[in-house]
Amino acid sequence: MKVLMFGWEFPPHIAGGLGTACYGIVKGLAHNGVDTIFVMPSASGDEDQSVARIINASDVAVEAVSSSVDEFLDKVKFVRVGSNMIPYADPDEFYELVEAEKKLREQSDYKIYGAKYRFSGKYGSNLLEEVARYAMVGGTIAMEHKDEFDLIHAHDWLTYLAGIAAKELTGKPLVVHVHATSFDRGTEDMIDSRVFDIEKRGMMAADKVIAVSDLTRNIVINKYGISPDKVVTVHNAVDFSGRENVKVERGVRDKVVTFLGRITFQKGPEYFIEAAAKVLKRTDGVRFVMAGSGDMMNRCIRHAARLGISDRFHFTGFLRGAEVQKMFAMSDVYIMPSVSEPFGISPLEAMRTNVPSIISNQSGAAEVLKYAFKVDFWDVDAMADDIYALLKYPALADFSAKAGYDEVNRLKWNIATAKMKKVYESVIK
Amino acid sequence: MKKSICLYFQVHQPTRLRLYRFFDIGKDSHYYDDFANRTILHRIAQKCYLPMNRLLLDLIRKHGGDFKVTFSITGSALEQFDRYEPEVIESFKELAATGCVEFLAETYYHSLASLANEGEFKHQVEKHVKAIEDHFGVTPTAFRNTELIYSDTIGRQVYDLGFKTMLTEGARHILGWKSPDYIYTDPLQKHLKVLLRNYSLSDDIAFRFSDKGWQDWPLTGEKYLSWLKAAEGDIINLFMDYETFGEHQKEASGIFDFMGYLPEVILSDGTFEFTTPTRAARKHKAVADIEVQDPISWADEERDVTAWLGNELQQDAYNKLYEQAEKLALLNNAVLWEDFGHLQESDHFYYMSTKFFSDGEVHRYFNPYNTPYEAFINYMNALSDFIIRIDDAVATNIDKD
Repeated sequence: MKVLMFGWEFPPHIAGGLGTACYGIVKGLAHNGVDTIFVMPSASGDEDQSVARIINASDVAVEAVSSSVDEFLDKVKFVRVGSNMIPYADPDEFYELVEAEKKLREQSDYKIYGAKYRFSGKYGSNLLEEVARYAMVGGTIAMEHKDEFDLIHAHDWLTYLAGIAAKELTGKPLVVHVHATSFDRGTEDMIDSRVFDIEKRGMMAADKVIAVSDLTRNIVINKYGISPDKVVTVHNAVDFSGRENVKVERGVRDKVVTFLGRITFQKGPEYFIEAAAKVLKRTDGVRFVMAGSGDMMNRCIRHAARLGISDRFHFTGFLRGAEVQKMFAMSDVYIMPSVSEPFGISPLEAMRTNVPSIISNQSGAAEVLKYAFKVDFWDVDAMADDIYALLKYPALADFSAKAGYDEVNRLKWNIATAKMKKVYESVIK
Repeated sequence: MKKSICLYFQVHQPTRLRLYRFFDIGKDSHYYDDFANRTILHRIAQKCYLPMNRLLLDLIRKHGGDFKVTFSITGSALEQFDRYEPEVIESFKELAATGCVEFLAETYYHSLASLANEGEFKHQVEKHVKAIEDHFGVTPTAFRNTELIYSDTIGRQVYDLGFKTMLTEGARHILGWKSPDYIYTDPLQKHLKVLLRNYSLSDDIAFRFSDKGWQDWPLTGEKYLSWLKAAEGDIINLFMDYETFGEHQKEASGIFDFMGYLPEVILSDGTFEFTTPTRAARKHKAVADIEVQDPISWADEERDVTAWLGNELQQDAYNKLYEQAEKLALLNNAVLWEDFGHLQESDHFYYMSTKFFSDGEVHRYFNPYNTPYEAFINYMNALSDFIIRIDDAVATNIDKD
């Protein structure tokens, strides 16, 4: 079986979790005997080609396309291009993107759809334009490789238009994979309707929709009106191969409770601060760390200061690669109090590092992690109880660390992609 | 009787902190950015301290003792001079030797201790007096508090430490209809004479001198003298940062020429004589009490302490810092005491100010951080390490007993 897959990024150059997931999926599929042609907007050449054939959309010219793509062009024309939107980028990165983009725009504006287009492959402010162009190029690539795949698989809204184009041009079945929805990025009344429309189009056009959790599956069914029998949950897994847990020398003897992620409303950072203040009322010998950056960071700093806990509540700013591992290795408890989290891979990383984790019931990961502690994101008392227990009762901490370690090592992409393969089989007639 | 002009210059350099990350806590207890401190001090010594000291010395010699100035030099600045630019100390010594220069006492670390902890305040003032004696062979008899922070209560504390003269801001909301150009007394301690800064005439030099958009630009000695003469009262107090000369007002603005000429214009006119705080307090009678219940300072439009303690970040950092005083009192550990002092420098709190928009220019100019949040995080990380060391030291002490 062969699949034409549209992604947005692929390791080693990744900004979000999507690239990492795609890598795991492609590798797992290969294990299950499915070959992948992986298309991405901007490949660098150092991607791991042993697991999939990588096609760089920036290398593909769309001049040769037939009139049916022009028709498609008309269909996607309603996508208004030009205003800023950023689904995943953190603020620092966003700034850089905007600056880089300004320069780019000054250099060459609008070469009518035709010649090659250099995708940034990032999540910049002309994202909608890139998404539309990606659809053009995606159609072209699908036609060029028409005889080399059995179905199309598109990851997240960024690639849905490309997926639709490929399906319309080749008639092959389409599976769209929902890693996150607009409802996980904004609040209900503040979602970006342009993104929502693309998401919905993708889900409607798809033969099957894969959701990363039941939580997400319910959103797809209830908010996008997709028929339940078309939507299948395949929980994410995580690939720890080649990963050794790092050893760090701790500076502080105190126990460390860590939150790691974007500091945004969806991640529930303020519930963590409130829980921390409660724990500090009952015990000392503990420090809290909020690692990451985001639009709520400054507000959180003020919040902690107002509660008078700044000497025990630390901010690290944005952490990269090795620093993330170091942070996990320094932690005694990990916490992910997300208000809305389609899946949430970070507690898996923590548990893999032998760190007991507390996660919110409002996260997809809660559906698969038996040995994580689960609380409602708003229940700061329960959160404080769990933190306190994990700090004070070594038996509990040891047990959950060991059990959690074994548990996440069992969450393999080989198993998840076997389910995916079943989904593929169901759409190939 | 001639009216007095009192010129006082503040000399201070903060001990800037290095980028101190969470990962450093418990591992590395050196908190200071030695490179930045040395580089900045070197620059300011070349642009301001050395040439301006030279100019003042020449003026004192030229006018045969009729020209007098006053300095307050913080302990933090003295330490940096000793370490990086001993030549600056030498030039201050030459000034001290003329007898025309008064040195004021203040908190050694340019700290907010007067607001936080009376014992610590006393300790730092005594430390500073000793440092001035050791460096310049003179004993300060007048006092100026960090950033001219003053209240009735602080005035009483200062008097109890043996000072009879203190300097502060002629804040409009305190003075009301009164003029800053007289000497006042503290209502709690009538023997303490209070000298008030004439902020308008001080800022004409310190802030507006090189502003070409200012209606009175360019400022000349004659023009300035006419403003001085227009002021009623016994004494005009011109207090400003010493870095005004050559650093804030660049040499090219003509600030050195202006200052080189000003004494001559003033002295030849005959209305004024130059004096220093202790001399002025002896010469002029106090005209009234000045009541200051909430602390005032010379900073920002508000002339209060909100530049350092205005937001919750500053307050939390400040509270956590001074909570350590009690534990430290149990310890006889010079290194810890020194770090405690440097962490008390008011500048660290100033960097955390969120008043960027109204007084942004001044705040930004002196600020090594991009945002108050960065300043706060960095400070709290260093402070956290410091607290660990204190707790460890206290625990070891208890083990010994």
